[in-house]
Amino acid sequence: MTAAPEPVPEPAYDHELLRGLIGAWALDACPAEEAAQVEHHLAGCPSCAEEANRLRDAAGWLSADEPLDPEPNLRGSVLTRALALRPPQVRVPDYAAAYIAETARLDSLLRDLGELDWLESAELRWHGGTEHRRPAGVLCHLTAVDGVLALALGLPDPSRGSDLVERSDWLRDTSQRRSPEAVRAMWRAQTRAIVEQAALAAAAAGPAAGDVEVDYGAFSIPVRDSFLDRAFECWIHAEDIAEAVGYPYGPPRGVHMRQLIGLAARLLPLALMGLRAAGLASLTSWRDLSYGDPRGPRAVKLIIEGRGESEWLIPLEADAPAPPPDTEPVATLAVDGVEFCFLAAAHRDPDRLPCGITGDRAAARDLLHATRLLSRP
Amino acid sequence: MATSAPLRWDRQIQRRLARGEESALGELYDQFAPLVHGLAHRVLSDSDAAEQITREVFSHVWEHPAEFDPAHGSMRSWIGTLTHRRSVERLRREHGLPTGPEQFGEAVEPSSLEEEVLAAATAARVQYVVASLPQVLRETLVLTYFGGRTYQQAAKELGVSAATAKHRMRLGLQLLASALASETTP
Repeated sequence: MTAAPEPVPEPAYDHELLRGLIGAWALDACPAEEAAQVEHHLAGCPSCAEEANRLRDAAGWLSADEPLDPEPNLRGSVLTRALALRPPQVRVPDYAAAYIAETARLDSLLRDLGELDWLESAELRWHGGTEHRRPAGVLCHLTAVDGVLALALGLPDPSRGSDLVERSDWLRDTSQRRSPEAVRAMWRAQTRAIVEQAALAAAAAGPAAGDVEVDYGAFSIPVRDSFLDRAFECWIHAEDIAEAVGYPYGPPRGVHMRQLIGLAARLLPLALMGLRAAGLASLTSWRDLSYGDPRGPRAVKLIIEGRGESEWLIPLEADAPAPPPDTEPVATLAVDGVEFCFLAAAHRDPDRLPCGITGDRAAARDLLHATRLLSRP
Repeated sequence: MATSAPLRWDRQIQRRLARGEESALGELYDQFAPLVHGLAHRVLSDSDAAEQITREVFSHVWEHPAEFDPAHGSMRSWIGTLTHRRSVERLRREHGLPTGPEQFGEAVEPSSLEEEVLAAATAARVQYVVASLPQVLRETLVLTYFGGRTYQQAAKELGVSAATAKHRMRLGLQLLASALASETTP
């Protein structure tokens, strides 16, 4: 500790002297003893306390020019350490993890958008066509569809109707006069409310909270799957926005990718049914025999490589029993995890996707085409 | 200066932290990690140290949510103060400089999820104001706030008296505060 270079009058600290120190104090630039004196004085002097608050506030803004986000991995280590020191009363369920990560990533992207970026048009593709929306329009769409999950959790509905397209259009129409930042705040507030509510529900009801059905209009899936569906769409549309404004974006973490691909794998038999109904798949008629029998149900092994590395046994018939783990697949399909996800979002052509196929090529091809049908407007 | 929306958010998040809601800690991190990490990194110029400060600050807030007093300022300001104090103390410890003041102090200013827009606008405004401060005031503020100097050390490095250094700090912050007040009060 260095002594103050100027002569200190008696008494050592009076009002005027301490008032003169407030600027240094607000910058944490006083030696400990003087800082203690300032703080002692502030407790009893409202006018100095008012100035101290004001200057401390101003000092806090000096650091406001740090645009760089910390390392994505830091979040995990910060939370782990804090939660180890004080265990939470209300835990966030694991199935919400990917949604939390993806909404946070999109929010960081949005934070960096300039006025002109909000005027760019993002291309939203699905297997039935392409829509063009400004970033705020994309957020209305995400908010409206997230709304069905919000509803299932007992939160207010941000939109109207049961059809997803109708819901998105309604919210976009009624948000026309809102600023992009207001739309972003609406979207973000709901994502947070959804996570908070899901955690409270899981604390109250246990694992059963994840089984509650979420009504998407044309179909319904449990809350735990809905979180994955919403995380997936958030990622894909974040990519769409990033592409429109020319910003770099990346895929989710591997552990989350695996969960998202798992949902696609569970939905694939239904998509295959749709493919057949449209007359676009090789026809099959299985009989009530075991897997492996030429006339029985069939399965394809989906091998995900790279990020989200995993293996999935996909039954080709939706109404067939689940294949036992030792089922001999009629074909194997090896594909990169990120490419597979882009295919599921109809951002890739199933006939041009780099992949490795062994066995029944028609069956593997059906699976690729069915994957693209998982996309929605 | 603080509007009702951020204050409401500050109080809500404090209640949720007190109840032990993990989701509240996550929200707090997403909201303030750039501030905490950015400030610690600016003061310490070391990624590992900045990450450690970030862990410490969020752990502290999670363990002691009751320490936050909305009457003395916003959540953002409290977290900023915790971060700056820790960063400066670490800097002074590592460089054998005298340690700074102990735990104390909050301030008033707007912030919350909904008010991030306002925060961004304020940040841009502050950068402008800082950039247009007279050179002698700017260098004094930057040297002390980011350089972790005491006013006596800053005075020595700037070749002025301690009284002048103190005066410049107070004047510089007053100019900043006035600019902020005109920004947030329509």
